[in-house]
This record gives sequence, C-alpha cells and structure tokens, in this order.
Amino acid sequence: MRTGSNSIPSSGGMSRVDGRLKVTGAAKYSAEYEVKGLTYGVLVGSTIAKGTIKSIDIKRAERAPGVLAVITHLNSPKVPGYQSANNTPKGQIRIFYDNKIVYNGQPMALVIANTFERALYAASLVTAQYNNGEHQTRLTDNLQAAFSPKDDNEYKRGDPDAWRSAPVKVEQEYLLPSEVHNPMEMHAIIARWDAEDKITVWDKTQGVKDTQTNIALTFKIPTENVQVNSRFVGGAFGNALQVWPHEIAALIGAKVVKRPVKLVLSRTDMFTSVGYRPHTWQKIAIGATADGKLLGINHHAVGQTSAYEDFAEAPADVSRQLYACANVATSNKISSLDIGSPVWMRGPGYATGCFALESALDELSYQLNIDPIELRMRNYTDVDPESGKPFSGKFLSDAYKLGADDIGWSNRSSKPGSLTKDGWLVGYGMAGGVFVADREPATVRATFTDRGKLILQTAVSDIGPGTATAMVALAADTLNIATENIRFDMGDSSLPPAPQQGGSTIMSSVGSAVFLACKQLIEKFKALGDSSDYAQLLKQNKLPKLEVLIDSKAGTEVDKYAMYSWSVHYVVVHVHPVTGVVKMEKVTCVADSGRIISPKTARSQIIGGAIMGIGMALMEEAVIDHRYGRLMNANLGDYHVPVNADIPQINALFVNKADTNINPIGAKGMGEIALIGMAGAVANAVYNATGIRVRDLPITPDKLLGALPHVA
Amino acid sequence: MKSKNPPEEPAHEDNFLESSRRDFLKHSGLLTAIAFTPSPLVKAAKSGLDEKIADLYEKVPVSLEVNGVKHQLSIEPRVTLLDLLREQLELTGTKKGCDHGQCGACTVHVDGHRVNSCLTLGVLVSGKKITTIEGLAKGDQLHPMQEAFIKHDGFQCGYCTPGQIMSAVACIREGHANSEHEIREYMSGNICRCGAYPNIVNAIQEVKEGGQPV
Repeated sequence: MRTGSNSIPSSGGMSRVDGRLKVTGAAKYSAEYEVKGLTYGVLVGSTIAKGTIKSIDIKRAERAPGVLAVITHLNSPKVPGYQSANNTPKGQIRIFYDNKIVYNGQPMALVIANTFERALYAASLVTAQYNNGEHQTRLTDNLQAAFSPKDDNEYKRGDPDAWRSAPVKVEQEYLLPSEVHNPMEMHAIIARWDAEDKITVWDKTQGVKDTQTNIALTFKIPTENVQVNSRFVGGAFGNALQVWPHEIAALIGAKVVKRPVKLVLSRTDMFTSVGYRPHTWQKIAIGATADGKLLGINHHAVGQTSAYEDFAEAPADVSRQLYACANVATSNKISSLDIGSPVWMRGPGYATGCFALESALDELSYQLNIDPIELRMRNYTDVDPESGKPFSGKFLSDAYKLGADDIGWSNRSSKPGSLTKDGWLVGYGMAGGVFVADREPATVRATFTDRGKLILQTAVSDIGPGTATAMVALAADTLNIATENIRFDMGDSSLPPAPQQGGSTIMSSVGSAVFLACKQLIEKFKALGDSSDYAQLLKQNKLPKLEVLIDSKAGTEVDKYAMYSWSVHYVVVHVHPVTGVVKMEKVTCVADSGRIISPKTARSQIIGGAIMGIGMALMEEAVIDHRYGRLMNANLGDYHVPVNADIPQINALFVNKADTNINPIGAKGMGEIALIGMAGAVANAVYNATGIRVRDLPITPDKLLGALPHVA
Repeated sequence: MKSKNPPEEPAHEDNFLESSRRDFLKHSGLLTAIAFTPSPLVKAAKSGLDEKIADLYEKVPVSLEVNGVKHQLSIEPRVTLLDLLREQLELTGTKKGCDHGQCGACTVHVDGHRVNSCLTLGVLVSGKKITTIEGLAKGDQLHPMQEAFIKHDGFQCGYCTPGQIMSAVACIREGHANSEHEIREYMSGNICRCGAYPNIVNAIQEVKEGGQPV
C-alpha cells in the first residue's frame, strides 16, 4: 500500500468501538431481534406502471397454510394520518389507501403468515386485474414537460449570455442514469403495537427521531408513545432518510393480526420502492478567454421524479460556487414520470452536477491546451462567488497539489491516446467535488461516573461511517481519558435529539455537542477540585456521577461565511484497445474537510465513497423496459456495483487543516465529498486514454468500441 | 416482488395450484395409506386441526451440526439454510443481502467449504457440519481473520462482514490468496457496498503472510 505524509495505512489509528460486534456477528440489525409472537409479512407489488386496481383476488392466499391476514386497500384499517394530506410523510404514497397505481412494483397487498416461507408462498397467490393507464417512464421523451418545483429558484448573476461571445467555448449535454443505493442490508422493520396508542419498531433508519415523529403523525398518537430502535444500520446512503410505505404497511399489518410483524423488503423492492438517484439530463455551456479565465457558465438540469412527489435535486448549483466566474445562469427542473420517487443518494445533486461541470472543464482544458489543474487554479476563489462571503475554510489548492504528487500527474500526456502500457491505453484524469458543510442542532447527554466511565448519549444513527468511534475518539482527546472508558449510546429515539445521519452533518453537529459536553464536564470538575483524576474527584465529593446535557447548534458564523467541504479525485485508468474494458489502475482521493478526528474511519469513508463513484462512472445503471414501465435489472446480478476485482488500492489523503470558523472542533463531514467528483475524474481519464469523450454514464465498453485508438 | 400473473400452467398444475394444501389433505386418498382414514381427517379439518396436520406432513426431519452443536430439526423442505439459521436457530450473524446468491452476505462453511446459504436448502445439509460467523472465534479469542478485519477496518456498516470473513478464511484455505490480484478475484462473490475492498484485501494478506492457522 502507498503511504504519504497526509495518508495513513489501513491499520493506522484507533479501531472501531463496535468492530468486535461486527466481526463476530453479534451486531444486531433491525430484522434480527427476537420478539415474542413474531409474524412475517411479504409485500405484493403491482405489475403495471399506471392505472387502477380493478379487482384483487386474495382468496387463495388467505386459504394458504399459516396465513394470518392479507391486507389490501379493500380491507385495510384506516390510517388516521392519511385522512389529512398534511400529515402524510413527505412524498409518500398512502399505502392500501385507494386503488391507484402510480408505479410498477408499487406495493398493493401485504400477506402475513406465521413463517416467512408461508408468507412468501401465499404472496405468490395474490392476483390483480387492472384498468391500465398510459404510462410515461422515459425522461428524454419528457424534457419539454420539465418544470421548476416550488422550492427551487432559477439562478442568474451577471450576463447569462456572456459565454456565447467568449473566444473558447464548450457546449455539451450530459446524461446520468438512475442509480440505486443498494445498501447490503435490505430495508427491514419489526413493528409492534404495545397498546392502542403505543408502538415499538426496530427499523432501518438514518434518523430515529424523524422516524418517531413520522410514525406518530401517521397514526396520530403521541410522539413519546413511539419507540424507534435502530442500533445497527447495514448501510443506507440516503435511502433510509424517510419513512417509506412498507414501514407503515408493517404497522397496519401488526394492528390487524394483533401480533408483531417482521417485514424485510426483497432486493427487487430495494430497487423500486425506497428511492434512487434520479436519472438526470444536463446541459452545460462554458466560455473562457484564451488564457483560461472563465467568462460565463450556463448549467441547466432536468431530473426525473414520480407522479406523486416533486422531488428535486440541485445538480446545477455546483456551477454557482465551484469557480470564480462573474456570469452564471443555472436551473434545476424536474419532469414527472410514472415511476417510484427518487430520494437523496450519497452526494445528492452535487455528484450529478460535478460529473457534468468537471467533464466540461476537462473538455475546455484540451481546447485551451492548459493542464486541467492549472485551469482550475486560474479560476480559483477564496470567496463564494454567489454570496460574496469568504469560505469558512478552503484549502482545495493544497488538495490539488497533494493528489497530483501522489498520483504522479507529471507522467500524464496531454495528448489523448498517446500513452500505453503492456498493450493497454493509459489515461490520467482528475475532478473536484464540493458539498455544503451544514451544522444541525444536536443534544448530547454526558454522564461521568465515579468508576471513571463516560457515557455519551444522543439519538443519532450510524449507517456505517463509524459515528460512535469518532465521538469516542473526540471525547477521549478532549477529556484526556482512555477510549476504553467511554461508551457512546445511539440508535434509540428515547435519547436526546440528534439530526438524521445524512448530508455529511454528523461530525460537525453531534461532534460539536460531544466536545462542548466534555468541556462543560471539565469546568464542573474544576469546581470540585484541582485534579485530572475525575473518578477520584467524584469519590472525594461523594458524588456517584456528574451529568451534563448540552444543546448545540450553529451560531452567527453562518452569516459571515460560506461553508463547504471539498475534495479532489485523481485516477489512472487502463483501457483495453480491442475490448474497451476500463480498468481502474490507481486512485488517489484528497479530502479538504477540516480537522480529521478519527483517521482510520475517515480513510475508509473516503475509499468507500470513491468506490461508489467508480460504480457510478463505469457500471451502475437502472434500466427500464419502457413498454411496461418496469425495471429490467432490479437485482444485484444484473445491476452491477463494484466488486473487489474492480478496485485497486486507493490512497486517501487529508489536507487535515482545521476549519476554525465553522464549529468548535474544526471538523467537517466527508461522506458526500468522498464520492462527488469521482465519476468526472474517471470520464476524464478515459478521454485522456482514448480520445473518446463519454457524456452519458456509465462508461461501458460498447460506448468506446469502434473509436478506440490502435495500439501497436 | 411477487409474480401476480403466473404463466399458463399445464392443466394438472393448475388443479394443484387451485386447491390449497388444506383441501389436498382433506381429499387425498394417499393419506389413507399412511394410517389416517379420511373421516378423522375431515373431523380434524372441521375443528381447525388441519393446519397442525399440514404442519406435520409438510416437514422433514433434518440433523445437522452448527458451530459444533448438534440439532435435530423438523423443517419444511423449502426452508433455506440461511432462513433456518436466522429464523429458527437464532443465529443472525449470517446475513440476508439478496436471497438470490448474488451478494455473498450469507456465506457460511458447509463441511469446510464456503457456500451461499440462501441458495442451499436446509434439507440438503442434513448430516453436514456448518460453521457460521458465530462459530469462528474460540471463546473470547477472535479468529485471526476477525482480528485482521478490525485492524485494517475491513468494513463500515458491518452487514456484509460475516460473509466477507467466512469467504476470506475459505479463500486462504483454498489456496486462493497468493497475491493481491488473486485475492480480489476470489473475493469478488462478496459485495461490500460501503466499499471496504482495499482494506479487506489488506486484512487477508496480513493473515496469509502471518502464517497463522486459519
């Protein structure tokens, strides 16, 4: 493995506090709790994309062995929150509410039986007759119907047409297919009614508090009567940021059979019913001077959404602040199709937008004959061009240099198709990433006992990055105590509130709260005596414990600064001149996300994001058969995600300079920037290797065949 | 998603599907040959006992050894080894990631060989020795591969981890861990969506080079 001054080996730094539970199989995920009287639910999905259910035959399913109930819109108990649209979880279909079908695979029946096998078999016996509607599922046929969702604004600064009169121009369209999160753990819930107005769920969620609130609103019961447990979450990447219809279905089912119901989505349902990164068309026009100063940028995006929710990302927003440019026009529109709703997926909007912008900038660099890094440096800015505010902390220029040195950028040829090795074409590519660095309100309870133990408690979830590990590392550092003496409790809605684990906010939000709680403990200890042996201090003062509860949130700094995390990705690809196979040869990712709290998990997070970005670049694509409006590759055999053989060693480097303006710990999130930019870097490297510019992802061999340069 | 409109079946198949197994039990002359007469059966059905009888006749005896513990079980023939472990033996360390043999999260050892337990019926492993992630450590002492996964951070969310570790141990035992390249190839049946692949390779290499018995 390669190491440098800003990198660490995979074995370096503190290991995960929950590592032992995860490697022994003792970590329990939502479907794995032993609950008395458990029953099993299996959903039946629609086989048309649009229309109404004319009739649904559940008799055979009901008569199948072990079946306890078959629930459809015809016999479902009324869900109180569904009666007023305001209380329906955002963008949700109201499950079993009426006979409307709005996408192919939409759940229309729930079969509950005393074993999983019996429920699964009985579900296969449910049949439906439909009144077919005419569906539209192809985005590129519906670009004209695109509209601006209410909460979006079209953005302009300076002269939007300035790019047209520039001496050097790039004007291109870019297409991103739908990509599906596909965490390894499928969505799962165990739903139990403890009383008429009391619920406990073990549920896969990125936010136990949000899930608690949503369930309470949907069933119109007091929030505190809903207990949400989500101790371990087997990945999510955005698709557990909201309460989905299947979660409500499980609760309806548990009410009907008066027993707890376990409902695990099938992998196919994971493709159709819990969101995806929306298929998006983008058009970019850039104009520059002959020496590479950007004169104008236009960036327009149209993403697909469902017929029942105006879900909109903001891919074009990256063009507002990534580079210094006086004349910018952007818009983010959506087009409604008869498909399931998209949802936030790792690096939402920005991953899509950066692919287009960073590809376009690469195209410009070849026209100008300026090195792509140099072109970016000529348009570098320390001030947010949109707000005019200084960035709270931006060391992206350091990141460019670190990455360039590590990948060996000086070995790149500026002439595409001119480097070869062992009969393969060799290409170098780079692209940057950016994501907003938000800090959300978070509350942490810190209890220090006279046995020298610190217990930190907050209702955050950990979908994988290692939240507990980072918080323990931070507290150990702040209080100067051993990590073994610290416990971090989370994934439980009865704990003090924390934000959802999404949008790279947890380190900044919960981390700040943990830090402030530890600082307050230190102050209280100082009042007790002059010693850093806190347990002894407590004993001397006859106190069994000391407890603080800290509410932490962003302050006035948000008015003074523009806040972002940054990344840059460098890759070397080998492209086979005959088959068009693209092989990742070398990858270096550099994060500029403030101070690094937990090096080992930070490194893994960057590598993991890079790998999902490689999937985005080279293989991931959800394909619809538009005749039926149905996904054709809704399984992990046909929808390709990167496997071990696709991935080389990846070097993760950190600028590791504290952002002293953003929060008390100087750390920012990096979950999104780990991925954002990677697809552009790969596309740019493929161009460098072959002279073929692929603007519609993924870059599969068929898009290269026929145009590949000859290798002697 | 389930198939709602099953393709056209031959007539006798249709008949079979049309009648529930409860009806089958009530009417089947076959049962007379195995000590029941139709009359008590019909009586049983009327008193709601047919479900229990169905339960009995649909199950098959199975004896297997899981992590050194012998089990005598009676299971439906359609129960996969994965669901048998997770739902009946309360061994939830083995994970369900796709149920179609496409992700490797359910990897266990059957008589020392790695298999996808979601593609293996419980009845087919009768008489065999199963090792799951719960059986890898020796008491409190972790298996070297478990230690290496912790050290090299071979996971994030941890959901694919038991399958990765079972596969990794087998990968070395099979003699397929002789280079980074070979490890990547022979570990490609185990998907990790968090993207811990380079760390997994580092962990396996360390164990392989450390020469500890696996």
